[in-house]
Formats: sequence, C-alpha cells, structure tokens
Amino acid sequence: MRQFSMIDFVALTTALQYTVLLVILALAFGTPLALLMALLRTSRAAIPRWATAFVLQLVQGIPLLALLMFFYFGLPVFLGVQIPPLVAVTVAFTIYTAVFLGEIWRGGIEAVKQTQWEAAASLGISRWQQFRYVIAPQAMKIALPATVGFLVQLIKGTSLAAVVGFVELTRAGQLVSAATFQPLLVYSVVAAVYFAICFPLTLWSRNLEARLNGSR
Amino acid sequence: MGNLNFRPLWRYQDAIIEGIITTLWLTLIATLAGLIIGTICAVVLRRGPKPIRYLIYTYIEVIRNTPPLIQIFIVFFVFPGFGVRLDPFPAASIALSLYFGAYASEIIRSGLDSIPRSQVEAGHCLGLSSLQVFVHVVLGPALRNIYPSITSQIVLVLLGTSIASQISTEELFHTAGFIDSRTFRSFEVYALIALIYVLLVTAFRLLFALIGRVAFRWPTRR
Repeated sequence: MRQFSMIDFVALTTALQYTVLLVILALAFGTPLALLMALLRTSRAAIPRWATAFVLQLVQGIPLLALLMFFYFGLPVFLGVQIPPLVAVTVAFTIYTAVFLGEIWRGGIEAVKQTQWEAAASLGISRWQQFRYVIAPQAMKIALPATVGFLVQLIKGTSLAAVVGFVELTRAGQLVSAATFQPLLVYSVVAAVYFAICFPLTLWSRNLEARLNGSR
Repeated sequence: MGNLNFRPLWRYQDAIIEGIITTLWLTLIATLAGLIIGTICAVVLRRGPKPIRYLIYTYIEVIRNTPPLIQIFIVFFVFPGFGVRLDPFPAASIALSLYFGAYASEIIRSGLDSIPRSQVEAGHCLGLSSLQVFVHVVLGPALRNIYPSITSQIVLVLLGTSIASQISTEELFHTAGFIDSRTFRSFEVYALIALIYVLLVTAFRLLFALIGRVAFRWPTRR
C-alpha cells in the first residue's frame, strides 16, 4: 500500500486531458446536430417537428449512463464489430449534446418574437437569410447563458465515461483510489478538479444572464 | 449483423420489476428529502445568519459543479472512514437527496423571489396573519411558478438514480448489467432497459401534468 502522492496528482491531471478531449469532441460533432435539431423543431412543416419531438422525448427519457452502455456494449455486439471505446463514448455524448443543446437553442429561437420573422420577410429575403441575419443573432444572445450552463452539464456528464472503462478524470480517480486505498482523499481531489473547471463557467453563465436581463 | 432475440430476457422479469421498484423508491426518497432540504435552505438563505448562509451557498455550488457520480462515491466512502458501514441503498439515497436538495433550493429560492413585496404587503393589508400570508400569498403562487422546473428536475433525478448502480445499489440499471452478464444479449438488454426508462419518464411527466392541472386550477389562468 502506498500513499497518495504527487505522482497520483500528475496521473489525474493527465487524465483530465481526456475529459477535455471528450468535451471538445462532443461539442465538435454535437453542435451542428444541435443546430439542425433546433431548426427542425421550429420548422413550419409538421413532419420534421414531430420527428424531432419524438427523438427528443426518447433521448431525454434515457439516462446518459444507459446511452453510453448501449453504444459501448449493446451496439457492437449486435453489429458484430469492434468499436473503439473513444468512438462509442463520443457517439453517446454527441447525441446527448445534440438533443439537450438543440432544445436550449430551440427555446432561444422561439423567444425571438414572431414579428421579427415577419419584419425580415417583408424585406424580401429568403427564409434562411431571415434566420441567419435577423433571428439567429438575437436567439444566440438569449440562449448563451443556458448554453454555458449546458457546458457544465456536459463536463460533469463526461465522468460517466469512466463506467465503460474510458480513462478520463473520474476513471483515473478510481484507479488511483484502488492503488492507494484512500478513496475519500482521491475522490475529494477529483471533485475539486471538476469544481475548479465548472464553477467559473457557472459564474460566467450567471453573469451573462444578469447582463441579459439588465439590457431588456 | 446479429439477430434480435429478446426471449432470454423474459426469465428475468422479476429482477427487472424489482429493479424498477428500487429505482422508484430511490426517486421518491430523494424527491421528498430533497424538497425538505431545498425548502429549509431557501428559507435560511433569505433570512438566516450570514455564516450559515455562506455554508448553504457553498453546499449548493459544490453539488451543482461536481459530477453526481463522484458525489455518490464520496458519500459511499466517507462513512467507513468513521467506522460506520453503510449499505449501497442508504448511501445512494443520501447522495441523491443531497444532489436534488441543492437544485431544489435554487429553484425554491427563485420561486420565493418571484413574489413581489407589494403582494405580501397587500396580504397584510387584508388582515391576514404572517403565517396566512406566507402560506396563501407567498407559498401558493411561488409553488405554481416553480412547478414546471421542480418537476423536470425530479425527472432528472429519476434518470440520475441509474448512477447508484455504480456503488452496486440493485436498481434498474444494475439489473441491466446483471442480465447482460447472464445472457450476453447486450443489445437487447440495454435497448429494453432504455425503453423502460423512457416509459417511466413519460409516466412521470403525464402524472405531473395531471397533478399540476388539478392543484393549480385556482385562480383562473392569467
């Protein structure tokens, strides 16, 4: 048995890189899909609205943990192929990001008054241009605090990748804890690292929200 | 491409039902305890002494900015440090209650803040006692304002109970792992369990919508 030492702390911070990597991958693949979700959800046509509402109900009704397990254990067995852990985990977090962020952005788009669409339409620009130049800038401003808030959710959510054995911060914590027999200390350090990342983001989100409400 | 076969799972219906019941218990305990914690914190944050207010503020921020998985580990491992052996179920209940309590106190606080002072003064002018004012003028309308956010947070707690499986609480998600290890039908197991969660969440949402409609009928909608 050995004590928790500097080496273990280095191991944790190294693993933190993979937490960051997961967040970046989830955002890289998830945000375009989230935009698509938001656009389809606010579409004038009924079928895309219903289809995306169904996807939303489905994904929001499944624990993130189950989503991860499904893509890590379930799907590869069914398809009969090997899927690398990073790919499986990325797919799960991408879907998670697309659905939850898409819903936040839908709220932002719908918070912009209908008259803005009409005013834009009266300028004779196309529907896409109406969105791109008139609605999106306003919606972005409205949705920014909640988007930053979601980022905190996503960072915390990546801890679940530990469950399928992907070595990010939480998994590294489990390994160090098993090696040192000091779970309380190790998990407190891990929690502190998460807190150090998430708390500034939370403050930023709150600040943005206060400023947004002030400017109205 | 494999073939789908849900039949091997049928034998485990008892385990699945027990898992669902444990999941629902965890959700219920965390909801009730969390609401109590949240109400106390919200009230103390408004008019408590400063050191206690800072303590509560720290509690809320720590819970909201760290992963629930880590929280559940810490609760599970903190008690043996004091020589008390805690079973997974009570440990998970405590962790989830503390988790929901932090979110609930923020929501309840915003609900109390949403009632303008003038409304309280109006209540006093009508000759209501302080308690009557708190119950009828502040709490009632505040509850109506926060009902949507509280109920969607409860749904998140229901989904969050799945992480209790990681300290081997035998709830629904733990059952999934158990059946998977016996049948090796990973795809079918996780698809089925995901579907059960979706159904539970849908049932919860419908129930909350129904309760909301009955409980907040008065006064007529603005």
